[in-house]
Amino acid sequence: MGTLQSSAGHPLYTELSEKTGFSAEQIAVLHKRFKQLSHNEDILRRQHFDEIPDLSCNPIRSQITEAFFDKRNFSRSNEGKVNEIGFEEFLLVMSHFRPPSQSMTQEQRENVRREKLRFLFNMHDTDNDGTITLEEYRHVVEELLSRSGALEKETAKSIADAAMLEVASISVGHMEPDEFYEGITFEHFLKLLDGFEIESKMSIRFLNVDATTLCK
Amino acid sequence: MAELGSARRLPRFGFLLMLLLLPGSSARRDLSGPNDTWRTAAGSALEEPHHRTNGSATHKKAFPVLDFNYEHVRIPFEISLWILLALFMKLGFHIIPRVSHVVPESCLLIFVGLLVGGIIKAMHDKAPILDTKLFFLYLLPPIILDAGYFLPIRLFTENLGTILVFAVVGTLWNAFFIGGMMFAICQIEVAHLGGVSLLSCLLFGSIVSAVDPVAVLAVFEEIHINELLYILVFGESLLNDAVTVVLYHLFEEFSHAGSVTMGDAFLGVLSFLVVSLGGILAGVVYGIVGAFTSRFTSHSRVIEPLFVFLYSYMAYLSAEVFHLSGIMSLIACGVVMRPYVEANISHKSYTTIKYFLKMWSSVSETLIFIFLGVSTVEGPHNWNWLFVVFTLVLCLVSRVLGVVGLTFIINKFRIVKLTKKDQFIVAYGGLRGAIAFSLGFLLPDDETKHMFLTAIITVIFFTVFVQGMTIRPLVELLAVKRKKESRRSINEEIHTQFLDHLLTGIEDICGHYGHHHWKDKLTRFNENYVKKWLISGERSAEPQLISFYNKLEMKQAMMLVESNSSARLPTFASAASLQNVQPKEAAPRRAIPSISKTREEEIRKILRANLQKTRQRLRSYSRHDLFMDPFEDNMSEVRFRKQQVDMERRMSHYLTVPAKRQETPSVRKVWFEPEHKVHTYDLDDGESPAGLSFRPKPRPPEGVDLVDEDTPQNTNQGTAQPGQEEKLKPSCCLSDPGPNTEEEA
Repeated sequence: MGTLQSSAGHPLYTELSEKTGFSAEQIAVLHKRFKQLSHNEDILRRQHFDEIPDLSCNPIRSQITEAFFDKRNFSRSNEGKVNEIGFEEFLLVMSHFRPPSQSMTQEQRENVRREKLRFLFNMHDTDNDGTITLEEYRHVVEELLSRSGALEKETAKSIADAAMLEVASISVGHMEPDEFYEGITFEHFLKLLDGFEIESKMSIRFLNVDATTLCK
Repeated sequence: MAELGSARRLPRFGFLLMLLLLPGSSARRDLSGPNDTWRTAAGSALEEPHHRTNGSATHKKAFPVLDFNYEHVRIPFEISLWILLALFMKLGFHIIPRVSHVVPESCLLIFVGLLVGGIIKAMHDKAPILDTKLFFLYLLPPIILDAGYFLPIRLFTENLGTILVFAVVGTLWNAFFIGGMMFAICQIEVAHLGGVSLLSCLLFGSIVSAVDPVAVLAVFEEIHINELLYILVFGESLLNDAVTVVLYHLFEEFSHAGSVTMGDAFLGVLSFLVVSLGGILAGVVYGIVGAFTSRFTSHSRVIEPLFVFLYSYMAYLSAEVFHLSGIMSLIACGVVMRPYVEANISHKSYTTIKYFLKMWSSVSETLIFIFLGVSTVEGPHNWNWLFVVFTLVLCLVSRVLGVVGLTFIINKFRIVKLTKKDQFIVAYGGLRGAIAFSLGFLLPDDETKHMFLTAIITVIFFTVFVQGMTIRPLVELLAVKRKKESRRSINEEIHTQFLDHLLTGIEDICGHYGHHHWKDKLTRFNENYVKKWLISGERSAEPQLISFYNKLEMKQAMMLVESNSSARLPTFASAASLQNVQPKEAAPRRAIPSISKTREEEIRKILRANLQKTRQRLRSYSRHDLFMDPFEDNMSEVRFRKQQVDMERRMSHYLTVPAKRQETPSVRKVWFEPEHKVHTYDLDDGESPAGLSFRPKPRPPEGVDLVDEDTPQNTNQGTAQPGQEEKLKPSCCLSDPGPNTEEEA
């Protein structure tokens, strides 16, 4: 997916800026970081992510890492995974975490929300089938609890089950006993996290990235 | 209505009692008492019997069958009477719904205070005034503790920067602007106010500029505004205490000294840091000690709430000893103590703490407003038109300017910007209250003091009455976002945590040591070290998601049991049952026999006898209402869905709280056989509750199994927590024991 000139000149930045919505200086900073992570190569692989020390104590690091290599996050029509990414893909994934600007219309805000929720949804839906099944949700909860030591599988299962029940009741309401709730579709996911204000919660201030404090 | 009539009669009765006692009190003025100084009129008929008894016998006094000694109980009696009066007022207001909808309670209470003060003045008696010591030592701490203990931490820390800017910079701006402008006003010849020095004006400015937490709470809780605005205004009112304390002492000292140097200004800044950080440190220390103590209280649960109250109060008093900020100390103590204490104490203690705090803060607030009214009528006033009017105008102007200016700067650093509407509410919600009055009362007694007090009271009245009454219609007019009614669902909790980790991870990938990074570090530190020290037993290792889930489960179970639902025991969802979620695996379902009505009744009686209610917090911070559980509303479907066809699982376990005080978690389980035999048995803590709940579960043919693997059924799964009373294992609720193969060991 596209190689990058090592000397990223301004025209490249502007093109990326239009694509991802970052400002030129943000892109410059992120580019520096990209180079650091990839040891000055042009592509990032999974092992580069594993080398980040702070990330190793994160319980969901594998999911985060996978999200970077998930084609669905690059553009809407792709599917599947890649093994290495370039700077543009890195930026595309990062652009999901941009804070919404104040001058957005309601519709733009709604789009931003959908984008971010789509990103989250893709993180949960690991088998690409468009729904989050019970198994996948259980996996999510188990990962979340994995840092706490004793892997309490039973509780994780119960929590995931309860959560699924809740989703089912919110989305579908009353169900007959022989009806079956396949899994959380994206629409249900939207409805579920409706009040969550994701557009402000899922944001990082990018300008303060200090590329000098970093990984070995 | 008889009810209404009696409610109206009671306050009158209270008045009559008080009036009766006025002449009956003795002539001795009580100087040492914290309360009031009643001065008596001449003795009245009530004292007659006493004299008569004395005078009748000459040498041998007849044994007094009935004696009258009021002096003995005067102070507690009067205190109780005042509190009763306050409570009757509160009662009265809530019985007349329409009034309390339009007029905030604080206004009504001040009005009552005015009335009472007027009555007392008409009787030419000296009324009790809002004594500063009484206010700061007895009336204020409960309110602050109540607010601080239940402070929504997450929201508070997310907006801490904004709150601090408003509190510190905003208050400083207000104080200097008002003080300076008032001095300029005083220079005008017409006002004859030449005698007021700059420092006095600055002192006055610092007193009147601080937003008051009591007033803010009283008004904001009734309008149910959204959490962000609430936390901004309320947080500001709490944190500006440090600024107020420092400024007040600073200007007080300087107005005695007469002049200010640069060194003094520098010392002032230093003093501010010391006061605020010192206060917080004192609070944190007491909080940690309190949390540590609660680790060992499992053997005497009854005194647990006392520890919480006393440690917090000591934190407040200790801070006051050193002139540190008592309010910040109290808040810090409550905030630090709470997560650990709640993990350690029993459920009943938790309920007790909640109830007592709400009760005390409610009474305190009522008393404060009534006293404010009384003191208004009472106090020596010096009404100076120019001064008062300009004070009022300047307060409003400076508040608006301050908020707008600061928001402009703050918005550059915020992700969620503050809109114009938000700014308006923040500015409009800057109410002044009793703290300003009490501080004004501490001033040295002279003419300017009376003038200052008059102005302060006018500002307080204006903000409480005018702003307090109009803020509700304004909020509706501007369509400001209200609080979300949503309950805290397990999905939201999962995703909140998920997002936290996700954002931390992204920050790490970016190499950005931001907000989330440090929060994550703090959380890890907390989990790895602090919790082990401060939380007893197994709960120290419990991750937050699980404890959240357990709490929710237990509340749900109790509520469901209490309600009339006999059908099923789902956990969070009402309509969907678990078999809808499970992947379809073969097997026909077995119809569950229905339970007869009489059986239902029996069961309900048993359960009701043992259950205690829990209530869950609403996010609208209505402090005085002991809130309806939002679950209940959503459970109405459940409640009325009896004998539905989708009963795959029968009611399996009911958790009841053991009636006897017992340390070990004893779970009484009740379930039903189709043959209408009710088995009950007690489970003592020797056995793992989780294991037991899973054991009666041979693979039922309908294939509705939540636990796919059967093997770890009898082992002590990680969820067993023997040290914890009344804990419901989450698995209990979801498991289906199957209809007929249970035997109990």
